[in-house]
Amino acid sequence: MADIVLDHVTKRFGDGQVAVDDANLEIADGEFIILVGPSGCGKSTTLNMIAGLEDISEGELRIGGRVVNDLSPKDRDIAMVFQSYALYPHMTVRQNMGFALSIAKTPKTEINRKVEEAAKVLDLTAYLDRKPANLSGGQRQRVAMGRAIVRDPKVFLMDEPLSNLDAKLRVQMRTEVSRIQDRLGTTMVYVTHDQTEAMTLGDRVAVMRSGVIQQVAPPRELYDAPTNLFVAGFIGSPAMNFLPATYTDGVLRTPLGDLVPDEARGGALAAAGGDGRPLIVGIRPEHFEDASLVEDATGRGVVFGVTVDVLEHLGSDTYAYFSVEGGRASIAELDELAADAGTVDVPGGAERFVARLDVASQAREHETLKLWVDTSRIHVFDPATGAAVRG
Amino acid sequence: MTAITSTSAAPASARARTRRASGPPARALAGWTVANLVILGLSLLPLLWLVSLSFKTPASISDGGFWPSHWTTANYRGIFTTSLFTRALINSIGIALIATLLAVVIGSMAAYAIARLAFPGKGLLVGLSLLIAMFPQISLVSPLFNLWRQLGLFDTWPGLIIPYLTFSLPLAIYTLSAFFREIPWDLERAAEVDGATPLQAFMKVIAPLAAPGMVTTAILVFIFCWNDFLFAISLTSTNSARTVPAAIAFFTGASQFAEPIGSIAAAAVIITIPIIVFVLLFQRRIVAGLTSGAVKG
Repeated sequence: MADIVLDHVTKRFGDGQVAVDDANLEIADGEFIILVGPSGCGKSTTLNMIAGLEDISEGELRIGGRVVNDLSPKDRDIAMVFQSYALYPHMTVRQNMGFALSIAKTPKTEINRKVEEAAKVLDLTAYLDRKPANLSGGQRQRVAMGRAIVRDPKVFLMDEPLSNLDAKLRVQMRTEVSRIQDRLGTTMVYVTHDQTEAMTLGDRVAVMRSGVIQQVAPPRELYDAPTNLFVAGFIGSPAMNFLPATYTDGVLRTPLGDLVPDEARGGALAAAGGDGRPLIVGIRPEHFEDASLVEDATGRGVVFGVTVDVLEHLGSDTYAYFSVEGGRASIAELDELAADAGTVDVPGGAERFVARLDVASQAREHETLKLWVDTSRIHVFDPATGAAVRG
Repeated sequence: MTAITSTSAAPASARARTRRASGPPARALAGWTVANLVILGLSLLPLLWLVSLSFKTPASISDGGFWPSHWTTANYRGIFTTSLFTRALINSIGIALIATLLAVVIGSMAAYAIARLAFPGKGLLVGLSLLIAMFPQISLVSPLFNLWRQLGLFDTWPGLIIPYLTFSLPLAIYTLSAFFREIPWDLERAAEVDGATPLQAFMKVIAPLAAPGMVTTAILVFIFCWNDFLFAISLTSTNSARTVPAAIAFFTGASQFAEPIGSIAAAAVIITIPIIVFVLLFQRRIVAGLTSGAVKG
């Protein structure tokens, strides 16, 4: 077991493209950290640099206090689970799991003991003598995990290990991964593009965008206090709604109506630039509510009317989709998020707002709904830098 | 990915089953059967003719009958009593096996580098090897003849193995690099993370998976060396390195005026056997892709 320190690590490819730009990250011993971001953000490159599969262009990487920049993967004592699983197809499950140990010249009896132990944990005992071709997707995934566990390495690296599983199995394996990490207490770095995995698994989550680490924080903090527009838009499903706004006379003027920020934030807004400055307001879907279901609606927030385009009843919640005159805020970060989510091509997809309502709501499609917004929970961003303005 | 799964045996047989179940129109089936029979007949007829000739007595060789009127094994017994043929057979086997082994070993190293590494001059190397493969062999014969005499390689095993390597290596490199490219790179990375050195990763993970490719290449190279006549006749002068195709040209009949057709046919049948055995033995390995199940899907 060991801690991992990325000290100003930069990765530049041969063609001059910077994949990871000045990454600083301290991963404590035994910590479970998630690298998350849209495709091409440099998260896999970061993982490969920790593994030793990619050279580090600049900066220092330390595992357990030792600089490992120039060590080959085999000398780093790490185990990795690949997105494709990368099982050796000509070997049985037993040989696959024991491969690293047999390379390390571990005695046969000990290899067998360790493999069988890991197989029991992963429920693979019955399949030990099969070849990977004769296993289901979930079983192959477990073999890939088993191959890592058997090693008892200093660090586990996982490169989107669950992305090839179907939805149900993915949820099941997610809890499994969490259970295994808990049990082994080994430092784990886990790469994913799935923000649900990021939120549920990690002790801390590092959000990356275009090679730059945006924010490193526990999931809860990432959700409640995103440091910039990108993190706010990336974390959370459905995503946060963004509105253009201006701050004048202590009031945020938005297409939805005037929002009065609480005192602390009002002070920050005034200090940050004063009147007439363009801003972006972010509101999470769950901070809307059907006004008729809220006591003292006007006292704790603002009520306004919208026409509901589409209602989705999920049983536990109801999602109301609506458009707002004056449009959605549009800046590069948001466009990028929309592109990653694939909503750009959907007509009106990028301009649609979503509110999560209580199932008791009587809202109907194509009718006007009085919507309440909790002004104490809104987020405000500076469109020039994307940074959050906090009280 | 699709290439890998489509070569695996299971989906292929499943597909064949569904095709049989739904069934093509009877007329198409009949058409294909006839076409196949015509092609089979065209390619098998000369071979059968050769076999038939090898069992005929000298007197009935030119009687024009498809089946021998008098069966005899005299031709076979005859060629095995002469050192011309037996010695040539040993030369053929030795030279072809050594050349094949060297071509596969050197070829897989080169192919692996071409498939996996980016190095300066890679395009040039691939282009050059293609150029060599296209070079007309006959144009090399007289320079090689002079060169080999100067170097003392004339009429020796290495004297034939070297030109065989020259012309079979490009083929080996091309076939093998196609196979190496099919192997997911993640496997090698996984082996490295598992603690293997690059050599161990190659020997324990990549090479076993490329085995079908190596066998295919070996067969192709072996057939090339085994069948070669041009170099064998030009670069040898005695029994010490003369291979069977060249030796057959030196067969003589019972008298000066008798054509040794029976012996030639018998020798030709004998040297066809190893090729048939080779292909029959390894055809399943050539066809079955070993990489199925390596990655998802």
